Amino acid sequence: MTLMKHFLGATTALAASACAALADPALIYDLGGKFDKSFNEAAYNGAEAYAEATGGSYRDIELQSEAQREQALRRFAEAGFNPVVTTGFSMSSPIASVAADYPDTKFVTIDGFVDPEEHPNVKSILFSEHEGSYLVGMMAAMASETGTVGFVGGMDIPLIRKFACGYAQGAKAVNGDVTVISNMTGTTPAAWNDPVKGSELTKAQISQGADVIFAAAGGTGLGVLQTAADEGIYSIGVDSNQNHLHPGSVLTSMLKRVDVAVEEAMTAGADLETGVEVLGLAEDGVGVAVDENNEDLVTEEMMAAVEEAKASIVAGDTEVHDYSSDDSCPALSF
Amino acid sequence: MDRMPAWADAVLVPLISILLAAAISALVILAIGENPVDAFTLMVEGALMRSSGWGYTLYYTTNFIFTGLCVAVAFHARMFNIGGEGQAMIGGLGVALACLFLPMPHWTLSLLVATFAAAAFGAAWAFVPAWLQARRGSHIVITTIMFNFIAAAVLNYVLVNLLRPAGAMDPASANFPETTHLPTFQDMFAAEGSALFRGAPANVTFFLAVLACIGVWVLIWRTRLGYEIRAFGQSESAARYAGISPVRTTVFAMLISGGLAGMMALNTTMGEAERLVMNATEGAGFIGIAVALMGRSHPAGVFLAALLFGFLYQGGAELALWTNIPRELITVIQALVILFTGALDNMVRMPLEKLFGALRRRDA
Repeated sequence: MTLMKHFLGATTALAASACAALADPALIYDLGGKFDKSFNEAAYNGAEAYAEATGGSYRDIELQSEAQREQALRRFAEAGFNPVVTTGFSMSSPIASVAADYPDTKFVTIDGFVDPEEHPNVKSILFSEHEGSYLVGMMAAMASETGTVGFVGGMDIPLIRKFACGYAQGAKAVNGDVTVISNMTGTTPAAWNDPVKGSELTKAQISQGADVIFAAAGGTGLGVLQTAADEGIYSIGVDSNQNHLHPGSVLTSMLKRVDVAVEEAMTAGADLETGVEVLGLAEDGVGVAVDENNEDLVTEEMMAAVEEAKASIVAGDTEVHDYSSDDSCPALSF
Repeated sequence: MDRMPAWADAVLVPLISILLAAAISALVILAIGENPVDAFTLMVEGALMRSSGWGYTLYYTTNFIFTGLCVAVAFHARMFNIGGEGQAMIGGLGVALACLFLPMPHWTLSLLVATFAAAAFGAAWAFVPAWLQARRGSHIVITTIMFNFIAAAVLNYVLVNLLRPAGAMDPASANFPETTHLPTFQDMFAAEGSALFRGAPANVTFFLAVLACIGVWVLIWRTRLGYEIRAFGQSESAARYAGISPVRTTVFAMLISGGLAGMMALNTTMGEAERLVMNATEGAGFIGIAVALMGRSHPAGVFLAALLFGFLYQGGAELALWTNIPRELITVIQALVILFTGALDNMVRMPLEKLFGALRRRDA
């Protein structure tokens, strides 16, 4: 009995130490893992930026199995973490089933969508990827000498088609005769992490004449960027700024500011405003990366055209078609 | 020859193996600058001291019981079925088809239909390697592991092209209808509004797994087929001489084995996710090998070993939640237990046998 008491004492002390982090934010990465050089890593960078700026701390977890999705949400909520930020569209349905049990906890789903009417304590953050892709599509068409540009997607889902569709529209806005080749790596989550296949697709597109290739494919994109550098053509990175990976070959990167979204959600803390937020060009949620690694590649003419198009999209004069709105694309057939 | 008493074989060897694995795991945790005692307390607290922790531990245990029994049954016929993973995947497909297209008015009937579908699909997946082994002598280890890949590809195709609802991003089937939802421990044991077992995925299939343990015990030690399986496993030529058909025994043992693996999918697919997802098995088919080895292919041993691995899985999740131990190292800890209890069994057994032999000689 005394042993039991001792043991229970130890565990309550431990549980108390776990709860001591009251109202700290928590972050749950999707199965891809924390350091994927792309989407999840952007979320990690955002959390680190929060910790540095505010001196606060946060807790994070890399999921190992499907059953852990709901478990991690519940355990963080029970321990008083607020808000609980998650990445990836797969987290939206676990959040929907958990949110009602913890009305005082705010949940954030990045790339996922949870109905705000049903779950008032959930914030869904979506990005206008088609707008950012439109801009890099313009740059691709201007940089291309062959008049053929390529797109390599990860898993064939509506989200990635949204990237491809915006890209094709941007390319065609610059040059109506441009040919856009589009390939998807696969139909399963393994397609996010298959750089070898990414490299093969890049070679196939080069042989069809492509000389600028946009990779929206997570870890697979690293293979696309590598092969493009090896073959001496241009590539375009995605999500994080990937310009530094192959300076002189990566034309630019289509930024998706997951890091900013995470940092802002964590900084807002328990007072986070819930609902659906769409981050587009106007909110600087998506954009084009220009830094010392690619400033020699990007001409003034390109920048002027991109700035003009950006202003026009923000003002509502140019409308970029969103593939996921009606599952079709006027500029590209899949 | 030096023989150990039965209790030493069943209890002492696994216990020492676990202690060795724990000691090396503690060194690993020390090496990355965390406190092993804290880590262990955290695992015990998270897995065994809370009702929802038990809910998760028993959920994983259910998976491992089924896959452990799958390997154990085949092993009694001296066949190494490492295709439990694939058989469980295809079993999951059976469960999904039953739940989506044959919904019953009540969960008990749904469970019955789904159990039949899961076992039938799993057994069918084991049938081809079994037949190839029995008739053609193709090695069962090679064929079953190849069938894991084929199962993954089949499931892939079916989920992406046939079962995925229009517009969905996840490669997963639609949600199963309400009447196929199995009661969880929360539904069964918690009073209205109480937090007992809240959110934990353990469900009624745990009891099905316990029944399966009893069923396998009866089958192996109390039926003619079980006797044939054991006799065939001990010596094929003797069994043949006694009039036991090697083809029939091989095929039946593998069908039962595959059926048990398929039934694992009831827990993950019907009990937890309530839809078929791509990665529903999550390696449980391979953990089943370690469970069966550690449990000496006896249902009671399988049950206890499954409980241990359930604890390791749930405790590992707790470590990932509350410490900075990266998930790769949690896998290392789980792998150490498998290594010591499964692969390095003789390292503990042989010195122990010598020790017991020496003691016996001194007594004599």
